[in-house]
Amino acid sequence: MSIVIIGTFGAIMIAAAIFAIYSQNILSAIISAGVISLLASIIYILLAAPDVAMTEAAIGSGLTTVVFLLALRRIQVNQAEKEDGSAEEVIDD
Amino acid sequence: MANLLFSVALSIALLAVVISFFRLLIGPSAADRTVALDGMTIISISVITAAAFFLGRVIYIDVALVYALISFLGVIAIARFIERGL
Amino acid sequence: MELQSVLPVLGGLISIVGALFLLLAAVGIIRMPDVYNRMQTGTKATTLGSILFLLGIGIAEPSWLGKIVLLILFIVFTNPISSHVLARAAHFRGIPLAEGSVRDCLADDEAGEQGVCE
Repeated sequence: MSIVIIGTFGAIMIAAAIFAIYSQNILSAIISAGVISLLASIIYILLAAPDVAMTEAAIGSGLTTVVFLLALRRIQVNQAEKEDGSAEEVIDD
Repeated sequence: MANLLFSVALSIALLAVVISFFRLLIGPSAADRTVALDGMTIISISVITAAAFFLGRVIYIDVALVYALISFLGVIAIARFIERGL
Repeated sequence: MELQSVLPVLGGLISIVGALFLLLAAVGIIRMPDVYNRMQTGTKATTLGSILFLLGIGIAEPSWLGKIVLLILFIVFTNPISSHVLARAAHFRGIPLAEGSVRDCLADDEAGEQGVCE
């Protein structure tokens, strides 16, 4: 049973990684990277490493997403100050 | 008998994760993708608990608790970013 | 002796019902027309499905019931909050309603109208 879960989530992780690379929208790429970390933590559970899974869920999904969002916000503010225009819209496609 | 029933339930939950992931791929705006992420993580909590049942170890439910907490914080952070930029 | 063999089967059946609700939630996330409807089906249906799924596992393994009830309580408390925050973010972002939507009560409140929403 666990090989089915690992195969399914591995396929979803590969698709999410390809989407994160080729997406034109930075926020979508950040969300997709969060999906990769969340599914990786499930695979760590199935490989009998619950401590690694907890760390992966906390660091990979929570902290990395928030740090990416903070960096994206900082980049938008800098661009708005430099170009003397409104901040570039990266939220919506 | 019980293992067969839980295998069927786990397979349906896996199919639900795969279907939700398509909305993350095709969703027109970032809010749609965040909704899909939220649904995927809540279904994944059920998958983790079913895996804990199959493997017979209660420690994996603690991982599910941490997972629920972290995914909740991530969704809140992304929603705040969409609303007014964190 | 009889109870020991009945409980896992009962838990398995309850888990299958919960998994069907999870599948319905996923289909709703794909099929619904706009972000608000997707949010509604993506949090309400997954809440009910998760409760049934986890409760089925708790019935099958009665010694795990404490942690599973804690997990259910956590999901019940946090899931509406994330739904609310997402809907608020989408509304203030200006994402439009779908074709055929009848009423936007939050926009009416901002405009100062007193309508059927009260």
